[in-house]
Amino acid sequence: MRAGQKLGLILLLTPLLLWLSLLIIIPHIDLFLLSLRERVGVRQYETGLANYTTILTEPLYMITFARTAMMSILATLLTLLIAFPVSYYIAKMARGRARSVLFLMCLVPFWVSELVRTFGWMILLRESGVISGLLQWAGLAAGPVEMLYNDAAMMVGLVYTSMLFMVVPLVTTLDSLDDAVIEAGYDLGGSGPSILREIVIPHAMPGIVSGSIVVFMLSLGNYLTPTMLGGKDSLWFTQMIYSQFIVRFNWELGAAFGFMLLILSSLIVWAVLRLTGQTLEKTMG
Amino acid sequence: MTTRLPDLECDALTKRFGAATAVDDVSFTVPAGSFFSILGPSGCGKTTIMRMIAGFLEPTSGDIRIKGRSVLDVPPNKRPVNMVFQHLALFPMMNIADNIGYGLRRKGMAKPEIARKVDEALDRIGLPGIGARRVEELSGGQKQRVAIARCMVLEPDVLLLDEPLGALDLKLREHMKVELKALQAAFDTTFVYITHDQSEALVMSDNIAVMNEGRFEQMGTARDLYYRPQTAFVAGFVGDANRWQGRVIRAAGEALEIKTDSGLMLRAASPGRTLAVGDRAEVFVRPEAIRLAEDAAQLSHFDTQISGHVATILFNGAASRVIVTDPSGAEIGVTLPQSGEFAHLTRGAPVHVGWSGDQGNAFSATGR
Repeated sequence: MRAGQKLGLILLLTPLLLWLSLLIIIPHIDLFLLSLRERVGVRQYETGLANYTTILTEPLYMITFARTAMMSILATLLTLLIAFPVSYYIAKMARGRARSVLFLMCLVPFWVSELVRTFGWMILLRESGVISGLLQWAGLAAGPVEMLYNDAAMMVGLVYTSMLFMVVPLVTTLDSLDDAVIEAGYDLGGSGPSILREIVIPHAMPGIVSGSIVVFMLSLGNYLTPTMLGGKDSLWFTQMIYSQFIVRFNWELGAAFGFMLLILSSLIVWAVLRLTGQTLEKTMG
Repeated sequence: MTTRLPDLECDALTKRFGAATAVDDVSFTVPAGSFFSILGPSGCGKTTIMRMIAGFLEPTSGDIRIKGRSVLDVPPNKRPVNMVFQHLALFPMMNIADNIGYGLRRKGMAKPEIARKVDEALDRIGLPGIGARRVEELSGGQKQRVAIARCMVLEPDVLLLDEPLGALDLKLREHMKVELKALQAAFDTTFVYITHDQSEALVMSDNIAVMNEGRFEQMGTARDLYYRPQTAFVAGFVGDANRWQGRVIRAAGEALEIKTDSGLMLRAASPGRTLAVGDRAEVFVRPEAIRLAEDAAQLSHFDTQISGHVATILFNGAASRVIVTDPSGAEIGVTLPQSGEFAHLTRGAPVHVGWSGDQGNAFSATGR
């Protein structure tokens, strides 16, 4: 009986362990070893930190690195700002059918591939696109307006792509807030903003943090959106990893880039958790 | 001396949700410093009244006045009423002191002043020094008292309590009933209490309104409701009662003789109501008003006497009950006296029951 249970447990855990070890742990070990290799000649390698020093001393790499981090944080904040009222409405104000319909409407875009969704934004924003056409038709613009290939367009795409991952945890935590607690706030003399600050946000904090972590990581590791919507100035760190691996065939430097990204995201997540007094168990469980 | 203005007046209060009328033309006055209860089954509209007074719902028509001033256009956070919610709704993200101080902070009171008032309130509810604890560390009864203190520091004109004892276990509920009454006296504030539990209402209230289907059936003291119910609903809802349907056989003023549909002949009274011979009637007799005897001679002074057998004994300590069936099969619930006299009573034993006609309350069965 005991042995049978043990076998069952092992069988159940096998897919997870396979997935973790084959796709996460082994590639990372390989990447790490790769990043420590420096090329001294044709097919001649030595172990050292040269790849990392290259990153730290090359301004383009560091600027792109910092820019990607800042833009990801900005995208996370914007997503939170837009998703919070939406989630509040779904969780606390919408009732019955309206509620499930609204929730479904947040989900529907994700039935389409990210590529097609991003392409949707291109149709809207490009020079010969819908918005440009509308502006000209309304007489607000004299000629075609190009709204693609800049940071704003990229930000729109990033926020749009991540919205669901913020809405879901927020709706879940806001849903668990008893309406009576909000009413008690009003009853005891609280005003809308003070209740939001002292009651709703503290309660929703685990959801805010877990949503923010997910959105931040998604933005940081996004490749498609910056490539399609961003301009030549909107270099994203993932594009640099791609170009090192595929274009330059410099796997060693690419691997070091990848590790820098991993360290960065871990650091920022840790800092956010410390700052908000949350723990990973509380936000993810 | 001028008369003190009543703390709360509701005037022809009506609330409709679409086609449904939740509260139908309800008027009442609560004098300052009294304990007023609204008693009714769930869904009778009592919570709707409370939410209208608190300001969370707007009445369809009618007026609510607090200390003589209409509060209809005052938002809930500005009304001089506070509410203790059914599940208390303490703020789980704050400690006890911050919970109690919340309303004071919103008023913009200075910090040392708030700390002093919070300590004072904690002393008042008999829980000094728990300010730094978290909400989930408290027991049910302690949370209850904190929820009341959180409202009372604001010195409201009226404190609304929405079935606050519902979540407590029986023993604690009994204890809190007494405690609530004492707190009300200590704070000298008007309490408006809603409940579906008649014993809570009867024990604590100065005045009780019994509510059914959006209307007040009767308003009065606990004794009034218990001894002199004015409607069949009140007679059935407040206290326990045997209930029979029947027809009036003889009527002499308010004293009636009624034959129930099951064939029981009994006497009853209908104070203040007129029932004529041949009318359909509903009769209520309290189990505690019925006398149980093994010898019919002991009941000779009662005008209703029935002989039967013990069908069931429902033992429940002081509230034990005997169900007696008469030969026609009609069941009569009788309170079992705890004097030891009937300790040997068993199922199937022949017994006699009797009561005097004025203990039976008859209502016209059609004219409710």
